[in-house]
Amino acid sequence: MLKSRHLLGIADLAPEEIAAILDTAEAMTEIAARPIKKVPTLRGRTVVNLFFEPSTRTRTSFEVAEKRLSADTLSVAVAQSSVTKGETLLDTVRNLEAMAPDMIVMRHASSGAPHLLARLCRSAIINAGDGMHEHPTQALLDAFTIRAHKGRLDGLKVAIVGDLLHSRVLRSNVQLLNKMGAEVWACGPPTLMPADLPRFGVRATTAIDEAVDGADVVMMLRIQHERMHGHFIPSTREYFTLFGLTPARAARAKPDVIIMHPGPMNRGVEIDSDVADGPYSVILEQVANGVAVRMAVLYLLAGQDAVTD
Amino acid sequence: MPQVMDADRMARALTRIAHEIVERNRGTSELALVGIRTRGVPLARRIAHALKHITGEDVPTGTLDITLYRDDLMRHAVGPQPVVRRTDIAFSIDDRRILLVDDVLYTGRTIRSALDALIDFGRPRSIQLIVLVDRGHRELPIKADYVGKNLPTSTRQSVQVRLQEIDGEDEVRLDDAPQEAA
Repeated sequence: MLKSRHLLGIADLAPEEIAAILDTAEAMTEIAARPIKKVPTLRGRTVVNLFFEPSTRTRTSFEVAEKRLSADTLSVAVAQSSVTKGETLLDTVRNLEAMAPDMIVMRHASSGAPHLLARLCRSAIINAGDGMHEHPTQALLDAFTIRAHKGRLDGLKVAIVGDLLHSRVLRSNVQLLNKMGAEVWACGPPTLMPADLPRFGVRATTAIDEAVDGADVVMMLRIQHERMHGHFIPSTREYFTLFGLTPARAARAKPDVIIMHPGPMNRGVEIDSDVADGPYSVILEQVANGVAVRMAVLYLLAGQDAVTD
Repeated sequence: MPQVMDADRMARALTRIAHEIVERNRGTSELALVGIRTRGVPLARRIAHALKHITGEDVPTGTLDITLYRDDLMRHAVGPQPVVRRTDIAFSIDDRRILLVDDVLYTGRTIRSALDALIDFGRPRSIQLIVLVDRGHRELPIKADYVGKNLPTSTRQSVQVRLQEIDGEDEVRLDDAPQEAA
């Protein structure tokens, strides 16, 4: 069903593969409603979660997904690992591989780090976010959430607003939404727009009202303070005044708009609490769907692995 | 190759099974039907319909997808992962008498998976097995409680159950071409 044994980015996926992952995730959602939330599918498989950047949502979501499929999981906290003693990424991973895991879920601050491992290691690699490059499972769970509400992806107007420059969520989402036929608008301050934004196949604007106007989906991105080593915005208050999603701005979208945020949210910076907690917000649904989507990815890739063994 | 069951015979077999269910369970209280995807699902619905006709009572009916419970999933390199579809059991199975429905009983491995899957949903009082065709060649100690037709076969033959709801017509065929077991 999937062509590759790794999931490195949305860039490598064909529209049919994306649809297959979303359909499989649909079947997986039911498991969360059972009294015993576990199936034996990945029994005896070992999955290593290797997170070189802090993460709560994505790491726990992968862990829950792995456990629901009965895989053996281990999570390596980098702060306590030999990385702090000067070991290289490749050496760290090769040492873990000596213990024969089947899959490695990795987050790394450097773009392309999982691609390097996919070339040089035996395990199947799942990219859980690499630098400013891709975060494929986030885009898949966003697409799943949109499809659950709208029944489709093609023809929808999706506005993505916020820190576009540092966002791997943007890069993965734009590619996925374009492949599935949605119309994507990207909005942010000029200092936070990637120079090559037009190449992404999006309509770029600095006016949030234009981006949100008539939108089916509004996706807010976090201001990534930790990646800002320059003066990209004058102040968070000014940013909120110009780009924050307020109830008045949200009202310009379609009446059945859904409001999304990949988390963690900066309330009062990119999004007003009244919107984040309001009736159009699907932010917590995104988190719940993340588990089902990651179960689907693990299941489909585990089969790929068996094929290439 | 020969058709071994046509639409009329299939309908009569299902009606007979419905009568046997009522007789054996002294009515339909606490019963529930669970059809195994794909062709167990319409068969379960037809049996529910027949039970309603006989007793006037509705028997809750659910759908079970056993893909995530298969014992051959990660074992051999056969190709891409089978498609997982939704399991849909909208009632509690605790203390119910469950009637599990499948089209063909062969090695018994599908039923083994289905039993594991069902038990993850609760603790039924009992589980009984209904199959349209029992073709023999069991690899596990499993036997059906209600059988539409016992069909002696060789392992080289393939049994094809075709149903109106999925295939546009009702029939069971026995073909000589060796095919992957359903």
